[in-house]
Amino acid sequence: MTPLLEIKNVSRFFGGLAAVMDVSFQVNQGEIVGLIGPNGAGKTTLFNVINGFYKPSKGDVFFKGKRISGLKPHQICRLGIARTFQVVKPLQRMTVLDNVVASAYLRAKSKKEAVSKAIDILHFTDLYEERDKLSKGLPLGMRKRLEIARALATEPEMLLLDESFAGLNPAELDRSIEIIKKIRESGITILIIEHHMKVIMSISDRIVVLNYGEKIAEGTPEEVGNNPLVIEAYLGEAASA
Amino acid sequence: MKRYAPYVILLVLALLPFLGLSTYMMHIIILMIMWAVIGMAWNLLGGYCGQVSFGHAAFFGVGAYTAGIIYSKLGVSAWWGLPLSVLVVAVEGVIIGFICLRLRGPFFALATLAMGEVLRVTAENLRNFTQGTLGILIKERTWVEKIWYYYIILAIAVLSYLVVKKIIESKLGYYFVAIREDQDAAESLGINTTLYKTIALVISAVLTGLAGAFYTNYMGYIDPEVVFALHDISIITIMIVMVGGVATYWGPAVGAGIMVLLAEWIRSLPRIGTAHQTLFGILLILIIIFLPNGIVGDFSKIKKALGMRRKLDTTT
Repeated sequence: MTPLLEIKNVSRFFGGLAAVMDVSFQVNQGEIVGLIGPNGAGKTTLFNVINGFYKPSKGDVFFKGKRISGLKPHQICRLGIARTFQVVKPLQRMTVLDNVVASAYLRAKSKKEAVSKAIDILHFTDLYEERDKLSKGLPLGMRKRLEIARALATEPEMLLLDESFAGLNPAELDRSIEIIKKIRESGITILIIEHHMKVIMSISDRIVVLNYGEKIAEGTPEEVGNNPLVIEAYLGEAASA
Repeated sequence: MKRYAPYVILLVLALLPFLGLSTYMMHIIILMIMWAVIGMAWNLLGGYCGQVSFGHAAFFGVGAYTAGIIYSKLGVSAWWGLPLSVLVVAVEGVIIGFICLRLRGPFFALATLAMGEVLRVTAENLRNFTQGTLGILIKERTWVEKIWYYYIILAIAVLSYLVVKKIIESKLGYYFVAIREDQDAAESLGINTTLYKTIALVISAVLTGLAGAFYTNYMGYIDPEVVFALHDISIITIMIVMVGGVATYWGPAVGAGIMVLLAEWIRSLPRIGTAHQTLFGILLILIIIFLPNGIVGDFSKIKKALGMRRKLDTTT
């Protein structure tokens, strides 16, 4: 069985700096895979490579067996990969509903269809009450959920979540975890970047760890949690010794 | 009540020539409507899609010269310039879009500004084709009275209004605004930003070109200094939309009305009349400070300010 997403020997250089260095891993249909690593490990850069904002300097990305590296972001989105942004990018002077409608148009044939799909998704992500507000004024937690709602409206097969939990209070955190679980139940595969260890350990099937642009570990949450290299990367050499 | 407002306005405009206005007044009103068309066209690209063009004279001028050249070179009525300019300016829009739309924000603005100037210099120097700075004179006027010109530009304005409204309420409108708000987000949501920016630019260009072709027929004389003018066309277009209200349906029309009246009034003032550009500059600064969304966009703010004044008056 071909994996849904395959990252093969991907490197991305910025000048002389290797932000991502020879990284390979796979994501299978229906999985939740966590992507973790200290700040500056290259996680978001890897997302940008998968999503088409950057071309890999070396290596390829395959989606359902088809090479997607080199395609434009909007083409990759059409193929079925949607993403959220770590630094949220709401369409500020549009209402919450219109934000989602704009993405729903990707696969909707009429305005009516786009709007009804958007309303369904707002219910799903618990944002329906806020639908008429400008997204500019929303608190961070809701803006993060709006990112997810917008990505879902493009009807993806795979969702790339970039720190959708960062900066949330405990109540919002539980709500977002519920939503992620519901998304997985609906059959969407998830690759998620997260710093919140409790969250990532509890929801991921597998975890990939990056450090200084290189993959240093991959495995189940327990395997990764006990891996000395990972502990060293996070806590420093002294702690692991 | 509000739903019928456009029809009422249309009815008033349709009956306006029967009020027995002077030829001069009709001239002013025709100019206002022409500028409203250009403003609505610019607003589609600059206001809704967020691509601020400083070079709409490029489209106005090519529209105007399309009409002028078929008259001077082919001996065809310059009115054929209206349909023909749609084609010519659409092609021009695709080319300019291809060059300029790979740039973002201020870089796009500067590139379009350069395009307008390049076309002006080109028109001045392609003497065999455009008659250079001599300009093109339409020797026969189609009508002496203004009324037919009035109805033609009114028809173009109604068409522009409907086109813009239809687009903004459709998928294109959502995509344009999404691109304005965040191009990267739009792109990652599956929106082909290059394609949709080009569509916005071409439609905006075509409507502006129509106004240009009308201008040739109406004024009967064009030269590159006038129809490719940076400050008298490109910049005034932006001012009209800024004053009226960016990304509003009626902003460009309101802005056009105010700006044409102001221009006529200031020019008639003794001594400072020649400094109308300076006064426009000051006006623009005031608008940006006090009414950043323009008169239509900040109408509630204006109403509130006036309401406060009235309350104060009654208490004293």
